[in-house]
Amino acid sequence: MKKVKFGIVVFPGSNCDHDAHYVAGEIMNQDAKLIWHKETSVGDVDVIILPGGFSYGDYLRCGAIARFSPIMKDVVRFAKRGGLVIGICNGFQILTEAGLLPGVLLRNKSLLFVCKYVFLRVENAYTKFTSACKQGDILEIPVAHGEGNYYTDPETLKRLEDNGQIVFRYCDKNGNITDEANPNGSLNNIAGIINEEGNILGMMPHPERAADPILGHTDGRKIFESIIQNVTTSQVIVNFVAERS
Amino acid sequence: MFHAKVYVTLKKTILDPQGKAVEDGIHSFGYDYVTNVRIGKLIEMDIDVSNKEEAEKIVREISEKLLANVVMETFNFTVEEVKE
Repeated sequence: MKKVKFGIVVFPGSNCDHDAHYVAGEIMNQDAKLIWHKETSVGDVDVIILPGGFSYGDYLRCGAIARFSPIMKDVVRFAKRGGLVIGICNGFQILTEAGLLPGVLLRNKSLLFVCKYVFLRVENAYTKFTSACKQGDILEIPVAHGEGNYYTDPETLKRLEDNGQIVFRYCDKNGNITDEANPNGSLNNIAGIINEEGNILGMMPHPERAADPILGHTDGRKIFESIIQNVTTSQVIVNFVAERS
Repeated sequence: MFHAKVYVTLKKTILDPQGKAVEDGIHSFGYDYVTNVRIGKLIEMDIDVSNKEEAEKIVREISEKLLANVVMETFNFTVEEVKE
């Protein structure tokens, strides 16, 4: 079977780039390459991962400087053409700063850096990033961030909710959406969102940290499996909003 | 040459947990009458252009594009001529 080509962008200060590279290449047995942020072309790839970390030391705001890295112009071009882009943690912050996803990730309500396993409920299993899950599945995947408190204005929030663009919410182990299960104060327990076209996903939890069985949890593999399924088969989810209704 | 000071602050509607923590600190040594502590950023820069309007235009553009994220922040600034 044709291998999926993952491109993982490396910013100065990225620190989950090699984890993502390892999971895509070794665990999932696909093609994976690292792309230095000074490059001006992403090259021949099927999916781009913006990894976690502290690009540019989180100076000014998380992701604020990274969005001006030379490679980002081509990432935006790739994304606007319908290419799959997933931003994990700092990558999610970069996607919001670049205007590819709405909203912003504020400082955690507790002011604490939160590093632990959390439960996520799959709110939309009809996306190219979640099609290997069932609607309502509960995934156990770790978070590790100081700024993961998702915020947006009420109109945008309503649009995200109405369109099914909220892909993951923090929940307890039984799938209940509660304040206690919310690690950072995110509006409506939002842990991950997708753009309207369905090709750009941002999520604070780290699927690449829950993919190697040696680490105890493998729920994160579902995200990679979904991407691989969608790239390698002709099964194309054209419009998940329509699919749902 | 002009010198600009850009003040970036969280919008009023956004909770500022950092400001709240500092407010609690202020209260802990007795200044109970201090409230609404908010934390923002001050960014200073020199701009080598010939007139003030142009300097202000540049500062506004930089603030909108980079210094502030208007989803959560607002900004204001001052521009003053620097005497050589």
